[in-house]
Order: sequence, then structure tokens, then C-alpha cells
Amino acid sequence: MFNWERDMPTVSMTVNGVAVSGEIEGRTLLVDFLREGLRLTGTHVGCDTSQCGACVVHMNGSSVKACTVFAAEAEGAEIRTIEGMANSDGSLGVIQAAFRDNHGLQCGFCTPGMVMSAAELLARNNNPTEAEVREWLEGNLCRCTGYHNIVKSILAAAAVMRGEAQAAE
Amino acid sequence: MTKHHGIGASMKRREDQRFLTGAGRYTDDINRPGQAYVHFLRSDVAHGRIKLLDVAAASTIPGVLSIFTAEDFADAGGLPTAWQVTNRDGSAQQEPKHPILAEGMVRHIGEAIVAVVAETLEIAQDASEAIELEIEELPAVLDMKDALADGAPKVHEDLTSNLCFDWGFLEDNKAAVDAAFESAHHVTTLDLVNNRCVANPMEPRCAVAEFDAGTDEYTLFTTSQNPHVIRLLMGAFVLNIPETKLRIVAPDVGGAFGSKIYHYGEEAFVTRASKVLGRPVKWTSTRSEAFVTDAQGRDHVTTIQLALDADGMFQAFRTETYANLGAYLRLFATVTPTYLHGPAAGGPYRTPLAYVHVKGVFTNTVPVDAYRGAGRPEGSYQLERLVDKAAREMGIDPVEIRRKNFIKPDEFPYQTPLAVQYDSGNYHAILDRLLEISDHSGLDARKAESASKGKLRGFGCATWVECSGLAPSQLIGALGARAGLYESATVRVNPTGGISVFTGTHAHGQGHETAFAQIVADKLGIDADTVEIVHGDTSKVPFGMGTYGSRSGSVGGAAIARATDKVIEKAKKFAAHLVEAAEADVELKDGHFTVAGTDKSVAWGDVALAAYVPHNYPAETLEPGLEETAFFDPVNFVYPSGAYGCEVEVDPETGKVMVVSFAAADDFGVVINPMIVEGQQHGGVVQGIGQAVLENAVYDDSGQLLSASFMDYALPRAKDLPSLVVDHSVFTECTHNPLGVKGCGEAGAIGAPPAVVNAVLDALAAHGVTEIDMPLTPSRVWQAIQDAKPAAAAE
Repeated sequence: MFNWERDMPTVSMTVNGVAVSGEIEGRTLLVDFLREGLRLTGTHVGCDTSQCGACVVHMNGSSVKACTVFAAEAEGAEIRTIEGMANSDGSLGVIQAAFRDNHGLQCGFCTPGMVMSAAELLARNNNPTEAEVREWLEGNLCRCTGYHNIVKSILAAAAVMRGEAQAAE
Repeated sequence: MTKHHGIGASMKRREDQRFLTGAGRYTDDINRPGQAYVHFLRSDVAHGRIKLLDVAAASTIPGVLSIFTAEDFADAGGLPTAWQVTNRDGSAQQEPKHPILAEGMVRHIGEAIVAVVAETLEIAQDASEAIELEIEELPAVLDMKDALADGAPKVHEDLTSNLCFDWGFLEDNKAAVDAAFESAHHVTTLDLVNNRCVANPMEPRCAVAEFDAGTDEYTLFTTSQNPHVIRLLMGAFVLNIPETKLRIVAPDVGGAFGSKIYHYGEEAFVTRASKVLGRPVKWTSTRSEAFVTDAQGRDHVTTIQLALDADGMFQAFRTETYANLGAYLRLFATVTPTYLHGPAAGGPYRTPLAYVHVKGVFTNTVPVDAYRGAGRPEGSYQLERLVDKAAREMGIDPVEIRRKNFIKPDEFPYQTPLAVQYDSGNYHAILDRLLEISDHSGLDARKAESASKGKLRGFGCATWVECSGLAPSQLIGALGARAGLYESATVRVNPTGGISVFTGTHAHGQGHETAFAQIVADKLGIDADTVEIVHGDTSKVPFGMGTYGSRSGSVGGAAIARATDKVIEKAKKFAAHLVEAAEADVELKDGHFTVAGTDKSVAWGDVALAAYVPHNYPAETLEPGLEETAFFDPVNFVYPSGAYGCEVEVDPETGKVMVVSFAAADDFGVVINPMIVEGQQHGGVVQGIGQAVLENAVYDDSGQLLSASFMDYALPRAKDLPSLVVDHSVFTECTHNPLGVKGCGEAGAIGAPPAVVNAVLDALAAHGVTEIDMPLTPSRVWQAIQDAKPAAAAE
């Protein structure tokens, strides 16, 4: 029989610029550590096969599915979640604002993962084609928007980042 | 400024701030102090008898709090169904009990048998593996026609057969319809399958319950489209808890599409368990559980026939449909393939005679219920496929055969042969609009361009009418509904002028917090930012029937408009005192009460304050306070309509279908927030494209669901889709609700599947392919091309 009061290792990482640590089980996933351990519930769980992308966060600058990373694997890592995407004055960041202005979200559940994925795409390539955006979103599912306005939002954010357009409001 | 936020403005959504910053609050984000977790042990066979169930060993595992089986719910009722369908012979539908936990038998994979509650979810999961369970597997009933054969195994031993209902609509039409077929110039017959879909909102279901022993009050946080309905059903029919002791909260809900209407056993379980254990209890569905427990959608097998005269005018149509209900009846299971299906099955056409015949069948599959469109997509799909086939057979252009059979703009209100009266529409105008926005005149050039790349390009069109805005209570009551479907709203003006609006509808992506504020702002001439929308909590909202059936704007919005009118009427009395004028002379304009022909004026905020500071008016005849409630019960359904055009490219070598363009011209009546409405069009259309090209719930011969994860069930992804062209500029107002709105939520899912399939058949026409069933996967399309080759060669 297993012992449920097993040893609980501690993990430490930086999340949205803040040093954090907490006790975990070996099987604790990063997404559960963020949601349950740190109560950062903006990162969502939409499936159990690493398909939907609602749990996408940045780990050391790259987007990862936090349901596919053990919390222990993030030891010492820099993690960024949707809660860390706004500007320092609390206003929406460029990508977030573009999603709002272009109605790039409906129920909001896939949105954090979409924004985090888009952020990595635009960091790599701030002038993607529509086809490149659609291809990049391969790992992010949305059931509400038909992706139309998500793609539009990301292209609009790219234009702002290139200095070719200004965010509305 | 005010006009900027009234009806017709694309006001940015206020909800988005929290969703975009991770501050949304979905049910799984809620943890209650001392919370325990439940894991359900579920059936891994489709049909079987429980021979052995022993939880003793599992119960001793440290951290396990309690293990529940059906015996613990012996006093609870079954999960109810909302509609009594009457058979053609006058008898009632068969209604098996749907228990919270399996009672000796299991009837579909995923059916909950045992519930393990533990300190952590991991302990509950581990302990469930220590449960001794033996199930004697029985033959699974899967094919609907086999299920109705003599001697077929029964899903429910206590029922007379696997036939739930045998429904004819309208039965009185049948003889005349059959006679019309006897004398028809031409009859077109089509057999088709409307494939089973899984709704798959991105947020899996979740339920957290807690019990307050001091007050005997339960609170259930749950992923619901209709919290008051859950309170009514679970309280009155399942657990016997009075409404006064039961609070249901549906916080932010991450999509639903019908699958979160129903009262599910997991909700009743955590509610009961929270009292038994004296601790909050939480359940969160995994996606794998969702595939086998959320109600699934569609699954019709239909033969439909059209009788035409020599000019291609429709004389009559009739259908024979087998509707798969799965193993148990969920809430709208029997109304979805009947009264949500038959009344709009005639579409936008003047067909004088119609008869819709549906048999509802039990099988050992996951229960089926309303999924975006609910009965109307099945109706539109069968009719629009049939119309295209008839056009081909008679050598008439598919667009023209539709146009010549449309109800004419001056024929409204139009009484259909299927019991309902369409109040308004202009089908010719939206078809014209579609051809404009889809650049139809350029089609031949695009076909040539595709051909030069070795691709087959096809155009498909679908024109449809839906019967939504659920629902006129007296009418549906006469048809077997066990509830009314009005909506309520309370508009509370606070002393400093801010307004709280309480609505019984619920938003799970539709942006009600924004659009409903626009209704109130428009009526009062004030800024929408001062109006807050409250929904999703039975302790705050007086009553409500929730959000589904494209009802929120036309029924819920209408209730808000009515309650706002009542507020204005009362506010005028206060204003009359403040400006010392006769009430009849006071007008509200742009946020100010004015007296015609004078410069007397008082601002909205001053009137609001005066309502709560009764210093200068007779409180004995004019009650202080400014808050009004209205219940709006529509006198008719609403009838949105649309003309959709799809272009596909098919690779004849691989069978791969790409939807390369899609245009939708919809008549939604008055549109409150165009940005939000267009988002609904996009989402609905893509769900329709998904059903047509990608999605399929496939069971094997033993009743296992093969497509039970996102790796096997193909949800549309961004790269599967084109940019969409949507339009709602050509419209006719609804004549019987105060806003003139018609509802837009289901439209795309209703109109898109036939447009896509008609486009593929157009592309494959040269190869001799005339029929194909959804989803149009590469293998199916390729096989259809191969199968048609000998026939095409022989011609």
C-alpha cells in the first residue's frame, strides 16, 4: 500500500517575477502547482492529453503546456503566466488589448493560453502572415470564436508591435 | 457618448478585462475551506449487470472519507426530463429512471457506479482502483434500426422496447401529404445520417457544494447555463430540498453549447455528500470524462422526400427519422428531435404540405440532448441537402430553385403547415446579399483557378429558418412542456444613479454583461458604464430559465426592456414632483427628464436620488425606491433566417476537403451589439463546418467510444479554416418582442453543415458522386470518388 503522507519535496521558481516555493508531490504538474499551490487560476485545464493549450505558460521564455510539465521540472525556472502579461500600471498589454479590441475571446477559457502562445509567436516574428498565425495556433483549441477574431487580434497586435498601428483607446 | 453605447453600438466587452488578465472566476477556480474531492468509478462497458461491488478495502485507505454507491441514494429521485412527447397512437413516451449512481445495471460507458470522496483527488483516484467491481457484460444495443427489431436486447428491461416515442407532426397532415406524393410530377428521395457530435466547451464541467449546518442551506457552484433550472430540478425532483435552502451559483462558465443545460448526477452527488460529510465536496471533470458523460448531440438517421411539380415548385415533403437518445433521457432529450425539430423543418419555403415522423430510440451510448441548434440543424441539413438533390435531378440551378420556392416578402405573417407562424423575413433579400458578399459572380473563374492546381472547387448554398427564442409558454405547455419558458429581469436603480440589472439568463461567452447594459443605457439615455448586469446566482436573481435556444436577447433582453420601461414610468412620477409639472408632460430624453415646451429639466441621477430621499413627494401615494421586475413570456417563437454560401477545394487524389471560403448573410432582426453578434456567427459557422468535415463520435461494436479525446475527436483548429465573411445588414424586425431582435447564437451551426456538404457534392459532381454523409473526411471522400468511378465510366 502506498503512504499518502509521503515525503513532499519542495520546488522553487520565479513566477511573474516573484520568487516562490512550495511543497509538491513527485506527480504534481506545473499547472496544478500554479493553480492550487499559488492560486494563479488564470492558467486553465481544458483536456488531459496536451491538446487544447488552455494551460500554456512561458517557461524560460518559451511557451509550454503546463499540464505536460512536472512542477519539479520547473525548479529554478522563470515562469510567466497570463497574470503577468499586463503592463506595470495594470493596463492591458499589447496582445491582451488587441484581443479585447478585436473580440478575440468569448467565454475566456482558452484565452490565457491563446495570449501566451501568441506572445511567443510575436516575439519570434512580429510580421506573421495569416497562414503563419493559423499554423502557430495548431496547439490551441477554441470552441467559441471559430478562431476568426483570434487570428485578427494577433495580426492587429503584430501591427502595433511593428509600430504600424496604435491600439484602440 | 450615450449613443455610442446604446443599441447598435459595437461596445467593447467589459467581461474581457478579467478574462484577459487571468482574473476570471470559473467553477474550478473555486475552493472552499475544508474541501474534499470526489472521483467517480465509471463503467468501462456499454451494457452490463453489476455482479460484485465491494468497497471495503478501498474504504480503509488513509485519506478516504467515504465511498458512496446507489444504496446511498435510494431515497433520491432520478434525473428528470422536461418534456412529455405523445406518441402517434396517443400514448405517452417511455421514461426510464436515470439514477445518480448505477442501480445494478450499467447502460453506457462512463456511467457512474461508485463515488469515492477523499482528502485529495489523488487519494480518491488511487482508492477507486482498490474497489472490487465485476460487471457481466451484456450485448450492447447500438444501431437504432436493430434496436427496434423484434427480440432485440433491451437497454431498459423494465420498458416494453427500445422505442422511447413514435411522433408524427402533424399527424393530421399525413393523409394529404401522402396523396400529394401519389400525384407528384417528380419525387426526390434522400437517405442521410446526421453524425453524432460532442459539444466540447473548452471548460470541462465542475461542481463544488457546501452545506451550512447552522441554516440547513446548501450552496452549489456549478458549470451551468441555467442555475435556477438546476435549483428547481435538483431540489424538487432529485434531492427534495426546498428552493429556500438551495443556492446555485454558475460563475464564469467556459462555453457550453447546450451541454451545460442539463442537471447532471455529479451535481446532485456533491450536494448530498456535502451534508453527509459536513465538508465541501468538489468534482472536476477531466476531458476524458467529459467525452463519456456530457450529453452528446445530433445522431439522426433520416429518409426525406420531396414532391415537386413540373416547374420545380415544392408540393410536399415528408421525413422518417430515427433519433438516437442514448441510454437515458436528459432534460431536453425528447423535445430536441420533436418540437425543436419539426416546426422549422420546412425552412424558408412555401411548401404547402409537410409531415415529420420521428422515432426516438434508446441505445447503449452516452445520452444525447440539445447541442447548439438542437433539432433545427438536423432539420436544415436534411431539407437543404434534399433541395440541392432535387435541383440536380430536375436540372434547375440550386440557387434558383430556392428563390422560386421562397415565401415572398409580402406573405408575412406566414402560417406554415407545421403549426407555427413566421412573423417576418425577407428570404429573397438575404439570398441576394449572400451572392453579393460571396462574390458569386466570380465563382467560375475561381473554379478554373482551382482546376489549374488539380483541385475540384465546389459551391454550396443553404437557406434556412430557425424557430428559436424559447419559448411561448402556453404553446409549449399544450405540446407537452413541463415548464414555462418566460424570462425575468429586475432593474434596480441605486440611490446614486448606478443601475443593477438582474437577469435570469446566463452568459458563457455571449457577452451579456455588455450587451444587456446597452439595452438599459439606450432606453434611459445614460452611459452603459453605469449599468451592471448580475446573473448566475439564485440568491441574487429573482428567477430565470437560463440561456439556450437563442433566447437571451429575444426573451431575456425583452424582460430587461420591459422592466426598464416600468422604471421609467415610476421615475417620471418623481421627476414630475422635482420639476413641478404634470407627470404626463414629463419626457425622458438623453438622460434628462424634461417638460415639453419649457426649459424645465432634471437629470437622471437627481431623480434616482430623490427616489430614495422622500422629502418632497407624498410617500403615501408614491412609494419610495426605484426597482422594477418584469417577466416576459413571448407570444411566438422568433424566426431568424440565413443564406449561407460555402466554397470548397477537394483534392481528388487524397479526398482532402478544404473549406476555402464561407459567407453568411443572416437576418437576426435588430442587432444590439454587432461585434458580439458577428462573433456568434463565426463560432456557430465553425461548429457547423466542424460537424460537416471533421467531427464524429464513433462507437465500436461493443459500445466503446473510439473518438474519446482531442487526439481522436477532431475539433476544428485554426489552420482548418478560412477567414469568414459574415453579414447581418439585411434584416426584418421581429414583430412581437419589444426590441425587434431574433437571436443569433445557433444560426451558424444550423446553416453551415448543408452549405459545406452541398459544396463538396458540387465539386464532386463531375466525378459522378451524388451522395455522401458527414463528416467529409479524406477517406470518405476518396472512397466516394472511387465508388462512383464505375458508374461514371458506364455513362
